[in-house]
Amino acid sequence: MVRMSEPITAPVLQISDLKKCVPGGRTLFENLNLGLSPGEIVVIMGESGAGKSTLLNLVAGLDQADFGAITVEGRDLLTLSDDGRTALRRDRIGFVFQAFHILPHLTLAQNIALPLVLGRHPGKTALDRANGLLAAVGLPGRGEDYAAQLSGGELQRIAIARALIHQPALILADEPTGNLDPETAERVLDLFRSAVRTSGAATLMVTHSERAAAIADRVFILTHNGLVERHAG
Amino acid sequence: MPADLPLRPVLLRWMVGGEWRAHPGRVIVAALAIAIGVALGYAVHLVNRSALDEFARAVQSVSGEADLQVHATQAAGFDEALYPKLARLPGIAHASPVVEVQATLPDRSQITLLGLDVFRAAQVTPGLIGRPAGNPGQGLRDMALGEDAIYLSQSALLASKTPFGQPLTLSTAKGHYAARLAGTLPGLGPNRRVAVMDIATAQWRFGTPGRLQRIDLALRPGVSLARLEDDIRKVLPPDAELVTPKSEARRSDSLSRAYRVNLEMLAMVALLTGGFLVYSAQSLSVARRRSQFALLRVLGLSQRGLLTQILLEGFAVGVIGALGGLLLGLGLATAALQLLGGDLGGGFFAGSRPELSFDPLATGVFLGLGLAVAMAGSLWPALEAGKVQPAVALKTSGDTVDPRHRPSLVWPMILLGAGGLAALAPPILDLPLFGYGAMALTLAGGIGAMPWLARTLLSPLNRLNNLLPAPYLAIRRLWGAPGQAAVALCGIVASTSLMVAMAIMVSSFRGSVDDWLVQLLPSDVYLRVAGAETGGLDPTAQARLAALPGLARIQFRRSLTLRLSHDQPPITLIATPIDRQNPGRSLTLVRQARAPTGSQVPVWVSEPMSRLYHVKSGDTFVLPLGGKTHRVFVAGVWRDYSRPFGAVAMDAVAYTRMTGDTGRSEAAIDLKPGVAAAGVLPVLRAALPADLADRTDLALPKDLRRMALTIFDRSFAMTYALEAIAILVGMAGVAATFSAQTLARTREFGMLRHIGVTRGQVLAMLALEGGLLGAVGSLAGLALGAVMGQILIQVINPQSFNWTMDTRWPFTLFGLLVAALITAAAGTAVLAGRSALSGDAIRSVREDW
Repeated sequence: MVRMSEPITAPVLQISDLKKCVPGGRTLFENLNLGLSPGEIVVIMGESGAGKSTLLNLVAGLDQADFGAITVEGRDLLTLSDDGRTALRRDRIGFVFQAFHILPHLTLAQNIALPLVLGRHPGKTALDRANGLLAAVGLPGRGEDYAAQLSGGELQRIAIARALIHQPALILADEPTGNLDPETAERVLDLFRSAVRTSGAATLMVTHSERAAAIADRVFILTHNGLVERHAG
Repeated sequence: MPADLPLRPVLLRWMVGGEWRAHPGRVIVAALAIAIGVALGYAVHLVNRSALDEFARAVQSVSGEADLQVHATQAAGFDEALYPKLARLPGIAHASPVVEVQATLPDRSQITLLGLDVFRAAQVTPGLIGRPAGNPGQGLRDMALGEDAIYLSQSALLASKTPFGQPLTLSTAKGHYAARLAGTLPGLGPNRRVAVMDIATAQWRFGTPGRLQRIDLALRPGVSLARLEDDIRKVLPPDAELVTPKSEARRSDSLSRAYRVNLEMLAMVALLTGGFLVYSAQSLSVARRRSQFALLRVLGLSQRGLLTQILLEGFAVGVIGALGGLLLGLGLATAALQLLGGDLGGGFFAGSRPELSFDPLATGVFLGLGLAVAMAGSLWPALEAGKVQPAVALKTSGDTVDPRHRPSLVWPMILLGAGGLAALAPPILDLPLFGYGAMALTLAGGIGAMPWLARTLLSPLNRLNNLLPAPYLAIRRLWGAPGQAAVALCGIVASTSLMVAMAIMVSSFRGSVDDWLVQLLPSDVYLRVAGAETGGLDPTAQARLAALPGLARIQFRRSLTLRLSHDQPPITLIATPIDRQNPGRSLTLVRQARAPTGSQVPVWVSEPMSRLYHVKSGDTFVLPLGGKTHRVFVAGVWRDYSRPFGAVAMDAVAYTRMTGDTGRSEAAIDLKPGVAAAGVLPVLRAALPADLADRTDLALPKDLRRMALTIFDRSFAMTYALEAIAILVGMAGVAATFSAQTLARTREFGMLRHIGVTRGQVLAMLALEGGLLGAVGSLAGLALGAVMGQILIQVINPQSFNWTMDTRWPFTLFGLLVAALITAAAGTAVLAGRSALSGDAIRSVREDW
């Protein structure tokens, strides 16, 4: 069992006694507890099939736990309706995926601006902010380009910009460098770390990559019986 | 923080705009399908509306502006003693007696001849008063004083080719009369063929002394219409009836309503097929973008927002398609009125040249229909997309095919069951609305059952293991993803089944008409005097004809029109020799009753008569004939395809006894063995009375049969055209769907190329997939078409046109159709496959874009 580190400020994400079973009844994990403070980067590692992505889905409100509680900024996901969880994702959570998921028929600026547009911001404001973020992720002036014109590393930069544009409290990242070569991965991770530090958002990342784990404040191993913290050295 | 957000317009613009930029061809095909459906329906409606308005104006012009009319129930008219009785009724301001006769001009064109008392008519129907040529102020005086003066409407004037002041010979059943062309009828529109002359001359020369066909009535202001109508009915003899503007409008409408509604429903078939095309396009588009929608859901788009997004995409396609369709329909209707006039094949408005009547309500209805069909086509894909778990869709890149999933038959069975129940329901307002509903439900149920059918039909093939790679892959894919196969098939099944249904109905109808004609025309020669509802061949003329050499037997008959209901078109009464013991020798009986008891006169009613007037074998009803009413006994029902508004046949002897009318208008002639018909025709014509010879048609049965079938084919020409367009829309849908599905599988083909499948094998696999889909679609289309054909034959035709027919199966057409569909489907799949395989196999298996 992990000893919970005492957060200094109110946690952005609090997971308590979480249990998840797979169809058929087998327990994937249980007794899972975790708290994330603002600006903190936490990495979850573990074997394939341990439930890392499932944990992210639960935190995002895309899947339902069998037991336990998950609160994001004090709001209990289990008590929220599907619409409520949707609104929470839209306004307070950012996502970075392994497969980037950049929509091919939208321009890069439109892709980045999607969370703002979904949150009722005016289109012009959203695009202005997206173009500003493009410069921040090292792709200035590419707002009118399409995904087909970019490399994998550049696409993931777009995804990071999209995750940050609406200033979320929590960023969920699922193998963000899994599709990238080591050098590109390194550069993307540097960008990712500096961007989330600047934004002050808490980050929960699942990965197999030790390089990715290196940017974390804390690293946990997901086991059948919850999270085990891995200490440096 | 609001729990849910409606879809942002800017997001809709981005998503729809992006998708349309990426795949404009698919959007154009879907919008075009809607546009064609809307255009056909709208154009047919506008042409019918214009023709009907023209027809109503024509009726109005002959009727003048009378508030009420009393009509004779048959051409012989009623006793003019009714006129003073009506004129004396307290609510009547003026009454105008009218003699109305159908006459022919020297060029044999028909004209309505009205005989008026001009001073009375000036009070009731001033639009019918003539204007003398060159002396506009003398109309009343000239008409009143000049007994031989005749006035023609503009159209009749052109047809007569006679200068003013010159004699114009008119022919009626009573003979010829040369009147003096005195002027025109400026109160009538340019297309009406009407002549007006003094009532006394008309009665003397063309009518029967002492009898009128009509009395036009002008009412006193403020009179109670209901009470006055009651008062009028009390004084009416059996051979006259009261006609109100409303009942006349109903009668005009019922004349062609079933034909018009059926034509519009057929046009709707094209729209329905377009709806399935939208469904195909949207289903594919949604399936391809499943991971995109999942991303939007993860980023915060609600389920309702996603549903709205997809529905609005369909709505946008609908707006483009429907607006384009309305413009196209307007153009088509204008062109059709210019080129074909107001008649679309039914013959109800033949010869009319109506102007386009714009109908704002119909415009709104067809716009709404286009939008509704497009939205309905998007609804199912939208609901399916909303049900997908975003996390799953993101992981599987949108490919959610699960071969373990067994297609359900619950909803298809419910729809088919509802269709069966709807087929049993009676007509509404004399229209088979439930019948059309049964067709739509059966079609929807059949298409819903396609995944189950595809899997069931392919299961035996799927169990084969020793197959070559191409068929192995093709069969496994179709068996494993029957839902995707169904999406590709829905357009093909919809259009095929509708075509098969129509083909069965038309071939059954044509075959039954042909059989009926053979039974109807057993004699060697047929004779008919045109426009001889009264008069015609008198007993002397009949005896002279019967005595001609070479004739084995000649049977004379009288045909006349009879009004039985004030809001139905007139029926036809046929008086002909009928053997009471064996009426089937003279009539094509479909039902027969026992012999009547007592002194009741037996009659045999046609199928339309039986259905329209709700009389069946064994019933009795009242027949107004010869100025009296007679209760007659329905001894049987016979098949008749030539008189859609009903006919009553009775024995000629009984008819003469009831009416005193010994004249006849038609004859069927059997020749002695060895006598050639061609040699008898001149002899017959020479024996005709001189005044009837030029109005008498002599025809051989083979010519009559050929002419009848030509008319049949012409009346179905528009039906064939509409069906062909529906099929083309369906085939375009199949091509679009197959190519979209094939192009979406580029990655799969790349993978197959990587593991050693040759390009040829992939193309063979696609050809086989296309062929199998075409075969499954054809079989389903044939089965569904057979069911829908029976609905057309057993429900829609009897309820629309009041006649039945025997089913015939056009097997040759079925074979050709199946071969064409399989070839087209396989060919389209291979063509699309070539395009999909043209790229780099390595690029196509890249994980991302």
